Amino acid sequence: MKVDVEGTLKRIESYKGVIGTIVVNAEGIPIRSTLDNSTTVQYAGLLRHLAAMARSSVRDIDPQNDLTVLRIHSKKYEIMVAPENNYLLIVIQNPCE
Amino acid sequence: MEIVHVDTKLRREFGPPALFSDRIEELLLDLHPDPSLAAQFIQKTHRDQAVQACRQMSEHQINTERFQSNSCGLNHVEGGWPKDINPNEMEQTIRFRKKVEKDDGYINSILQLGSVMEHRIKQNNSIDIYQQYFDEEEEVEEIQEPPSAKTINVFRDPNELKRTITGLSWHPDGGRKLAAAYSCLEFQKTSRNTSLDSYIWDIENPNHPEVTLKPASLLVCLDYNPKDSHTLVGGCYNGQIAYWDTRKGSQPVEYSSMEHSHRDPVYKIIWLQSKTGTDAFSASTDGQILWWDVRKLSEPTERLVLDPSREGNLDRALGAISLEFEATMPTKFMVGTEQGLVVSCNRKAKTPAEKIVCTYDGHHGPIYALQRNPFFPKNFLTVGDWTARIWSEDIKESSIMWSKYQMSYLMDACWSPVRPSIFFTVKMDGMLDIWDILFKQSDPTLSLKVCDKPLYSLRVQDNGRLVACGSQSGEATLLEICSGLSTLQKNEKSLVAAMFERETKREKILEARQREIRLKERSRSEQSKDDETGREDDEEDSEQLIAKVESDFYSLVEAEFRRRQRREETPQEHNKEVKNGVETDETEDETGETRK
Repeated sequence: MKVDVEGTLKRIESYKGVIGTIVVNAEGIPIRSTLDNSTTVQYAGLLRHLAAMARSSVRDIDPQNDLTVLRIHSKKYEIMVAPENNYLLIVIQNPCE
Repeated sequence: MEIVHVDTKLRREFGPPALFSDRIEELLLDLHPDPSLAAQFIQKTHRDQAVQACRQMSEHQINTERFQSNSCGLNHVEGGWPKDINPNEMEQTIRFRKKVEKDDGYINSILQLGSVMEHRIKQNNSIDIYQQYFDEEEEVEEIQEPPSAKTINVFRDPNELKRTITGLSWHPDGGRKLAAAYSCLEFQKTSRNTSLDSYIWDIENPNHPEVTLKPASLLVCLDYNPKDSHTLVGGCYNGQIAYWDTRKGSQPVEYSSMEHSHRDPVYKIIWLQSKTGTDAFSASTDGQILWWDVRKLSEPTERLVLDPSREGNLDRALGAISLEFEATMPTKFMVGTEQGLVVSCNRKAKTPAEKIVCTYDGHHGPIYALQRNPFFPKNFLTVGDWTARIWSEDIKESSIMWSKYQMSYLMDACWSPVRPSIFFTVKMDGMLDIWDILFKQSDPTLSLKVCDKPLYSLRVQDNGRLVACGSQSGEATLLEICSGLSTLQKNEKSLVAAMFERETKREKILEARQREIRLKERSRSEQSKDDETGREDDEEDSEQLIAKVESDFYSLVEAEFRRRQRREETPQEHNKEVKNGVETDETEDETGETRK
């Protein structure tokens, strides 16, 4: 079981263009990260709130609906945030052209 | 159950049915107004009174107290960790993380999230959904908005006795600060209570000046060192020069010595371009231009007396009011004088006599501002009396372009550092004018009323968007110019260059023509000088001419007089004839019918 988790995460991290991966728990503590500590903390803190707001917006419009992925495409890279019950998976990818 | 009240009455109890019939109208009563009763009443004056059934309201104005805010930084510390774990300790955090990773919920979540995320990552890698398909042409034509400028901030003199802002200088690095020199230039208007301070304002904070400068005498002008943004040099009302370092406090680091300073207020001081970055020069109405090294202010390094006869005579010197120095031409500089002349000087000349190269005479009054066009250094702008003039260095007789006479005195002007065709002027009626010579030469493109008091100084920031103007009541207003007036248009440089060339050529042609005419006159008078008799003839001719003209005149008058007399003598007969003619005519008329 643990191997699967490790394998999944390793696979994600090794995809083409992926700059970093962060797993954050409900309190905002980064459990696992491939980036340095300060960047991790920054991403975790900022994106947690954003994902929560996005989720509540989606559910406000349609209570049966739920947020699957929040994608922030910026000039330099794309940040993808996927929320789950208690955890948050953040992946930063540089989309290849 | 409803409660109902019923009234019943038999039909036959109503009485006989009513039978209506028409009748002719008859007047029953006619009451006439009785005017005698009016005597018992007094007529009241008409009053307009609006009536409305609503609550009584009243209007009040309230001004809230100024909210003092302070900016300060905040230090963030990592949080979210449970109380017993110290986030700085690596071991504890690692232990915590390992514990979480063993949690079931964690494992399930990651597996789910993993699949979701993989799908999207693969999506991203396969197609770039944000690809630009059509390479659009750059820059859609901007809609021409009417030019505008808006006030951003007003910096008021915090003292009770307001002084005029006579000098402004922007901070050289990015222009976030504005230094203003406060003084009172009116003769003997300064009272003992006037504060001597001048201030440096941060443009974001209009409530409180950032730095206070405390000179010994009112500052008339000041300038930031373009190389070192902490140092400033200022000219005082008593003729001294003071040097400040803002890191060292409000008091000047050094003063120039009284004996060697100017004897009149220092009207303009500018930093020079030098290897050490410590040279400045100042101008004053006592007729001297002094060069200083700020490391040693006890004595000026050089002195120039603005004597137009080039003899260095201080009594005949012209008083200097403005200075101009362009860093790209470090040996030349120009001085604007009180007498309306612009003197162009060369610093590197060997003898003092050669220092003054030439003069340009254009204005009727003191030249309050003088600046070269940053894009075309051969052309410069002067402002004085009621006009603004643009000159070309080559044409010394007159300016190549000038505005018409304005309604009030122009006090200061400067070119826009980003657009060669725009310059700004401020006037005594509190107006700021923005002139665009490519758009309209006869009038300013935009005229703004900045305040009710006369505006005395003006400075544009290096990015061309912010303009600061200082008024007589100590208010410095910061305005932002619309982007249309502060962005370089296409072909602007070449158009402005063509315009300046055209005007210069026109002036040259006029000058040449003038010279020709003068030469002709001179040659004519020379010819007459060689020929003495010729000269006498000429004189006689002129006398004779006068005599002839006189005699002609008198003879004409006499002839006319005689003619009139003749007419008077004969008019009696003439009139009689006329009258008879008329009478006969009349009789003819009367009898005309009978006759005919």
